[in-house]
Amino acid sequence: MSEEFKVEIVNPEKSFLSKEDVTEVVVPAFEGEMGILKDHISIISFLKPGIITIHSKSGEEKFYVEDGIVEFKNNNLSILTSSIFNLNEVEKNKLQNLLKLAEEEASKSEVNDQTKYLVDQKIEVLRSLN
Amino acid sequence: MASLDDLKKRIASVKSTQKITKAMKMVAAAKLRKAQESAEKGRPYSEKMNNIILNLSNGISDKENTSKLLSGTGNDKVHLCVVMTSDRGLCGGFNSNIIKKAKSYFSKISAEGKEFKIITVGSKGNNQLKRVYGEKIIENISFKESKNANYFDADKVGKMVIEKFEAGEFDVCTIFYNQFKNVITQIPQAQQIVPLNNEEDENNSDESYEFEPDEDEILSNLLPKNISTQIFKAMLENSASEQGSRMSAMDNATRNAGEMVDKLTIEYNRSRQAAITKELIEIISGAESL
Repeated sequence: MSEEFKVEIVNPEKSFLSKEDVTEVVVPAFEGEMGILKDHISIISFLKPGIITIHSKSGEEKFYVEDGIVEFKNNNLSILTSSIFNLNEVEKNKLQNLLKLAEEEASKSEVNDQTKYLVDQKIEVLRSLN
Repeated sequence: MASLDDLKKRIASVKSTQKITKAMKMVAAAKLRKAQESAEKGRPYSEKMNNIILNLSNGISDKENTSKLLSGTGNDKVHLCVVMTSDRGLCGGFNSNIIKKAKSYFSKISAEGKEFKIITVGSKGNNQLKRVYGEKIIENISFKESKNANYFDADKVGKMVIEKFEAGEFDVCTIFYNQFKNVITQIPQAQQIVPLNNEEDENNSDESYEFEPDEDEILSNLLPKNISTQIFKAMLENSASEQGSRMSAMDNATRNAGEMVDKLTIEYNRSRQAAITKELIEIISGAESL
């Protein structure tokens, strides 16, 4: 029996990525990293800034996301996100810009706890990438 | 009858107008292809988003305590209307159709004794509405500097709507835009986004989901995003409709200009001939009298 399932990443502009031969996906869910294999229970969760790793026959791909929602149902994984970058293709200075933006946001005082948490996460992930 | 010189000038001016409309049609056609493509590409996102929210709201046990964006404030007094139009004119009935739709909605609401507020997106709608409903317009946004509809702009509008909702400024929010069907048909739409009404309540919720974190938290995170998504979808549809509408309007204009040139040319030739005949008669009758 094959251990593969389908993953689809969509952003508001277009369908970002669609793959049929995926064996495992690791997503940065809100309450911690979550690995999804075939026949996972149906789940809806949302993402915090982090790295999505997709393992497939053709190798491993990594994406940086800032937010999003994941839905897994009937071996279909849908990831909806408004900002996603393929780490193999994105340029270094783009990530640095994102980091700068995040740091600016963090320095503002009037943010609430949740946004603060998310921004801190973002900075941490981006620092590790740069 | 106009003199020959005048006719000549008119023909030249109509011809140059025709050149302009033809060029505009061409530009619109090129832009339309792009806009249509991005409208189609944008659909999966909003559809998926809708699906997830549907599943979530089905799975929610405590209907009373859910986010107000889903269930509404319980009142139905103040309506917020987001009227989305283009920033540029010369696109046929595109803007007037949206305005017409919006105006009929306004008068319906006033007839029911409710209040309404308006946010206009795009300068053309603002120009048309501010004469009659000037004091109702609370906000006017236009994205003249952005070339294509992008999510960032939509998010700005969405955040504004949510801000106003949380401040209790309105109970119901409706967006007005043109849905793109094909180049000649665009359907003006009024879509209610707050509170979300899921009329198509299919009961396919026998599949139970696991939620992480719990439903309420996901919903309260998701619903604001959904508003931006719906607005973005409307923007995409709008930009495709705008180009389509402009294309057919300019096509018509080009054809009309062609007809006019034909008519004027005939008139020009006739009067030229008449002048020649007149001269000949004068010469002949002059020779006869000698």
